[in-house]
Amino acid sequence: MNEHAHRDDFGSRLGMWLFLVTEMVLFGGLFIAYSYLRSRYPMEFHQAGEELNVPLGVTNTIVLLTSSLTVVLSIVAIQRGEKARSMAFLATTLGLGATFLVIKSFEWAAKFHHGLYPNSAHLATLLPGEQIFFGLYFTMTGLHGLHVIAGMIVLSWILRMISKDEVRADRYIHLENGGLYWHLVDVIWIFLLPLFYLAA
Amino acid sequence: MTDHAVTETHVEHPGYGTFIKVWVALVLLTAALVALSRIGQAAAVWGLLTITPLKAGLVFYFFMHLKYEGPLLKGVVLVTLGTLLIFFVLLFSDVAFR
Repeated sequence: MNEHAHRDDFGSRLGMWLFLVTEMVLFGGLFIAYSYLRSRYPMEFHQAGEELNVPLGVTNTIVLLTSSLTVVLSIVAIQRGEKARSMAFLATTLGLGATFLVIKSFEWAAKFHHGLYPNSAHLATLLPGEQIFFGLYFTMTGLHGLHVIAGMIVLSWILRMISKDEVRADRYIHLENGGLYWHLVDVIWIFLLPLFYLAA
Repeated sequence: MTDHAVTETHVEHPGYGTFIKVWVALVLLTAALVALSRIGQAAAVWGLLTITPLKAGLVFYFFMHLKYEGPLLKGVVLVTLGTLLIFFVLLFSDVAFR
């Protein structure tokens, strides 16, 4: 069977983008909820936002931005038939994704240590606006973290495909689509940083 | 569908340099965002409303290759962002006049 006859890379990308816009609406809804609740409880959000560790949030931003760069460089490499370099870039992305999760887990662990976790006794003693802030914080960074994990699983699978030459210079739509997903996860974090760490 | 063929046969792929420059811009914008947030609350919110969409735009346009896509994919993204904006405006127009 001629695999060429059955390929539609544009159709694949269109399908991926249609999935990505549903993700944008999912997180967009949460961003709108955040905006409304922040306008309703500005002082409480400011107070609760002070609890967050800005250096860790900024570090994680740089980590994710760099991981996005290495995905796109991995695509450039595969287009040029540089298989080893493409795999190295993609492996770097996976390493940076893991770094992000480790930093995030330290952050969450510190919050838990201070009695700040969903449904905790300490949280119940805070003002309603602060409880809402932490509710949004755990929901949105948690959902984002799940997306990072999903992205790492997808990109690991694509790394394996490159190693087996199933993804190569004349056929790299899987890498492009996996990369699109990873970039969207990066974009969501670009919004989460100022919402929770900088402008609360 | 006419530009479909153009997209498919498009071979002028951007090189490493383009994307590294975009990454440098993203890191600098992040630094500017953090610097603004040190100045005060109002500056931080302005940074959120201006620099953050700019950063997201750079990722969409370059890293996600929208620059090199046809009008269909660009339209899909713009319609989605427009829909979210409508929800946002409707919600706040409701809140403001309650």
